[in-house]
Amino acid sequence: MFFANVIFLLLLNDLFLLAAPGVTWLIRLTAFQGVLLGSLLFDMDHALLGAAVLGIKGILLPVLLARTYKHIGRREKTRHLNHAIAVLMGVLGLVFSLWLENRMDLMPGLFPDLLFPAAITTLFCGLILVVGRATALSQVIGYLVAENGIFLLGAPLMAAGAIWFELALLLDIFVAVFVMGIAIGHIGEKFESMDTARFRSLRD
Amino acid sequence: MTEDFWIFPAQFLLSLLLAPFLTGIINRVKAIAAGRHGKPLLQCYYDIWRLCRKGEVISESASWPFLLGPSIVLGSGLLALAMLPLGGFASPLGFAGDFILAAYLLGLGRFALMLAALDTGSAFEGMGASREAAFGALAEPALFLAFLVLSSTCLDLGHYSTRQTGQAFSLGVMFHGQAALSWLHGKPELVIVPLALFILLLAENCRIPVDDPNTHLELTMIHEVMILDQSGPSLAMLIYAACLKLWFFAALVAALVVPPLPFWAGTGLWLFAVMVVGILVGIVESVMARLRMRRVPHLLGMACALAAFALILAQVS
Amino acid sequence: MTFYLASVAILLLAALTMGVWAIAFTLTPPKRRQNRRSNLCGSTAAALACLIGFAGMAAGPWDFASLPETANLAWGLPFGGFALLLDPVSRIFLLPVFGLGFVCALSGSIALRHERASEHNIAAHWFFYLLLLLGMALVACAADAILFLLAWEIMSLSPFFLIDFNDRDSTVRDASWTYLVAAHLGAVFLLAFFVGLWQATGITSLNPAALAPGLADAGTGVVSLLFILAVAGFGAKAGIAPMHVWLPDAHPAAPSHISALLSGAMINLGLYGVIRTISLLAGPAGSIPGIIGAAPAWWGWLLLLIGLCTALVGILKALAQGNLKRMLAYSSVENMGLMFTALGCGLLGASCGDAWAAFLGFSGALLHMLNHAGFKGLLFLCAGEVLHSAGTLRMELLGGLQKRMPLTGCLFALGAFSIACLPPFSGFTGEFAIFVGLANGASAQGVEQQLGLLLSLGLLALVSGLACALYVKAYGMVFLGRPRTGFAANAHAPGLAAIWPLLIPAAACVAGGLLAPLFFRIVSGPALGAAPLAGELLDECLVAATAILPSFWHIALLGWLVAIAVTGLWLARKRLLAGRSVRICETWGCGYQASSARIQYSEGSFSEPLARLFNPVMGIVRHGEPVSGVFPKPSSLGLSAPDRVKDLLLTPLFEGIEWLCNACKIIQHGKINLYILYIIATVVCLLIWGLK
Repeated sequence: MFFANVIFLLLLNDLFLLAAPGVTWLIRLTAFQGVLLGSLLFDMDHALLGAAVLGIKGILLPVLLARTYKHIGRREKTRHLNHAIAVLMGVLGLVFSLWLENRMDLMPGLFPDLLFPAAITTLFCGLILVVGRATALSQVIGYLVAENGIFLLGAPLMAAGAIWFELALLLDIFVAVFVMGIAIGHIGEKFESMDTARFRSLRD
Repeated sequence: MTEDFWIFPAQFLLSLLLAPFLTGIINRVKAIAAGRHGKPLLQCYYDIWRLCRKGEVISESASWPFLLGPSIVLGSGLLALAMLPLGGFASPLGFAGDFILAAYLLGLGRFALMLAALDTGSAFEGMGASREAAFGALAEPALFLAFLVLSSTCLDLGHYSTRQTGQAFSLGVMFHGQAALSWLHGKPELVIVPLALFILLLAENCRIPVDDPNTHLELTMIHEVMILDQSGPSLAMLIYAACLKLWFFAALVAALVVPPLPFWAGTGLWLFAVMVVGILVGIVESVMARLRMRRVPHLLGMACALAAFALILAQVS
Repeated sequence: MTFYLASVAILLLAALTMGVWAIAFTLTPPKRRQNRRSNLCGSTAAALACLIGFAGMAAGPWDFASLPETANLAWGLPFGGFALLLDPVSRIFLLPVFGLGFVCALSGSIALRHERASEHNIAAHWFFYLLLLLGMALVACAADAILFLLAWEIMSLSPFFLIDFNDRDSTVRDASWTYLVAAHLGAVFLLAFFVGLWQATGITSLNPAALAPGLADAGTGVVSLLFILAVAGFGAKAGIAPMHVWLPDAHPAAPSHISALLSGAMINLGLYGVIRTISLLAGPAGSIPGIIGAAPAWWGWLLLLIGLCTALVGILKALAQGNLKRMLAYSSVENMGLMFTALGCGLLGASCGDAWAAFLGFSGALLHMLNHAGFKGLLFLCAGEVLHSAGTLRMELLGGLQKRMPLTGCLFALGAFSIACLPPFSGFTGEFAIFVGLANGASAQGVEQQLGLLLSLGLLALVSGLACALYVKAYGMVFLGRPRTGFAANAHAPGLAAIWPLLIPAAACVAGGLLAPLFFRIVSGPALGAAPLAGELLDECLVAATAILPSFWHIALLGWLVAIAVTGLWLARKRLLAGRSVRICETWGCGYQASSARIQYSEGSFSEPLARLFNPVMGIVRHGEPVSGVFPKPSSLGLSAPDRVKDLLLTPLFEGIEWLCNACKIIQHGKINLYILYIIATVVCLLIWGLK
């Protein structure tokens, strides 16, 4: 019951991520996604990991992202895909992941109901964000969402002993994002723009 | 049997009577939010009564769509409302697939209204008709997808021998109230349906994020500009039809959140829910600004996406 | 069968007579009176044949279980046979052929009665009209591949001459050539289909039971290939995207009664071909020993997808058009898409064992086909009256015609209400059946089927919303408001004597809605016959057919109630206004004084909000000089929506083929000595090949 509702909220969250009007909303929604992931792990009896995920994905990373955004303090003006197409692609991604679940020979009982499509859809939504948004910060958030999808996919495969391994993985990503955040901050100071399209001007 | 027979007509008459009151509630909520005293709650009744006792001014280019249009709009609105289950009681006019007819009856009203607007040959009314046509076309899929979520849930729940009779496709079964219970019991996607219907309510009834019912700037209006040239009893009919349409959508939303209850409790709670919907509309109108015209399709597209999303989840879970 | 044969015989005899007459007219230019007499004779013969045929069809048995009537006539050719078969499926497709054939013959004869003999050969026109009717009548009944192809060729060829009626106009000539090329591209696929069928089975008869063993031997691959060939061939006739390009060109060029007949009756036969192909290639599972079984699910998916694309492209392109008849032509494309979607829904239902989706899909397709024949015929004929009275069909030049030609306006409005599928009229019933069939996809087996059917319902809802917008625009721009130019201001009203044939399809539009169950009962027999069903599924379909009938009673009842409510309110308003002042006044211009008719919303501006969203499909192109500078020069703005499929895909394709053929001309240079070299080379090659 609780599990089904969390998965539902996760999917809804994906949809809203695609429709989010600005970076502020993106950060809020990723934070919410982190909270959802954490509570999912609680529900699957990985209390320690759940707490870690809640702390890192639900609080720490969003705070860092928000600080970076505040530091740069520019609004996203352009985007490559408009809302409507992005949301449509998200819905299609959901349909596709359902189709995929039907087609794949998954071990019965391995994935609880809807977990697999939710994970794949989250992955897709992250990638759509990366493709569709113009600023580097939104793209980082996209990567984060995609990573959440992969994480969700791995969640049922986790035996109890693998917790430390997973924690290490989380830390890894945490550092990566942290470094990225600093890097973006520096780019923002030096180049006064986070529009990745401008990176093209750096080529030979 | 005879007692049951009179319930629906009584509730229908009650709806007809209370429909203008809902507009009054919305206006009162807006007034309070703006710190004004506001119009009387019964203002809409006064307006209709006053207009019914006036003569008419008819545009010189008008032909039958202008003259007959208000009657078609009101007639189709009346019948669409008569097909809706009110307070959990199915309409005797209901049948398998009646949700399609109800949606198309609203479409008939819209069609007639747009023709009446074009009939005057005014640039502004043409503009209103054009916008109404575009937004109406976009609202249609959202409405149908929302209905489909409910019908597929009814098929799923199997409360009725639906396979044989197709009863799952009737509004009476779809809005019987089990939706309110099932979203508490592992069908969370059903929460989205009232949300999508609420967005549709705002769009179809020309409420604030889409259109402003109070504006006097012709360039920004949709519904109000289409009835610019109507007067007297015709205008009264159009105003009343707009009230009925608002009631129609509010009743849809309300029916989804009220669980099946005994007659008096059910009806009472349902009426209360309708009024709460009115208050919500008032709040939305007070706190939001009107969207730019280019943004409106995004809102309707979001309603479509939400409904499609709910439909997909309803199918797989 | 007797009525059918009688009408075919009349058509054949009359066609021969008119042919002789036409040849005589080309040899010696006719007098005015002769021309009028040939007009009268041709149309009367056509109308008579259609009336007899219609009576026979309407009376005949509609029950799907009734034994089909057959006839084998002497043929005289060494191959094939003149085998005819008349079953409910044929009957339902012959109804629009004969019905519209009758209406269009009468309306055409009225329209052509003043044509000058020096300009048009009226006898030739009626000769081809009769041939077209004959071809259509034979196509719907042919039970032999050779006869079918022959009839198909007659049916495809004669419209070329009918479209080319005003052949002094170069656009008309171009349009008829486009039609001819499209028709023959389709015929190539059909030829391949029938040759393949013959190869696989060795017989030319189109009897499913006789074909089954051969097809079973040929295997699934061949059958699938045959299906694709048939869909391409018949689809080109039906106007599915991207093979719809001939419709928007041909309809504005053709005389209106021809447009009405082509759009209301002929393109349906493409649908007929697909339905027949399904039952030929994959009859009901287990009904005939040896057959490959029920139609595979992907056939249904294919038709569903084609149908949805066609419907969307059709309606969006229609919204972009400024010419009334071109718009109606695109709207035919959209309606064909709707029918193909319904067919796809039916096939999917049949393949996954869902009786409701199967039955309602097929019956929805047939019902919509029947309704479409009525309202599209009516709309085209009304458009013809507009062209005749105002002299143009460009919407931005028209307006205010309702006051100038009230009867035509009311008839057009009736057609518009029907085709927008609004309740008390006929269009709604077909759409209702399709929608309920798709909605029932929720209980189909397999998530893909469920989601596919349900989401396509969402798309169809969008299409029907757009259809509403389209017909508000069509009726509003042409008939309502104030006349935009002198074309509309000086239009004269046609008398009742000129447009009384239009009352027949108008009556069908009203009856289709108010007597809905009657019409549904007519199509349910053919639908059961057309769907590949057997055994348990068939029984369930029968149950579904009786279970859904009350819905149609309710629709009819509510239709009456709407009529009563509207009348009641109208009378109430009149009562209220009695004795009060009703002033007729200028339209409120919002304070703007120097108002003129040009200030009204035009057709381009009406569809602008939708064009902003859908222009990638609608393809509206702006041209003209924008306003610029402090002292602007005269500027202009024009909109057009050319068909991109034609301009970007088909025209380059044909130009490429032409270039290739021209390139091959190198070997045709006229030097004898080199020709002899070819011969030597050929002989040497043959020798080498032969000795290997």
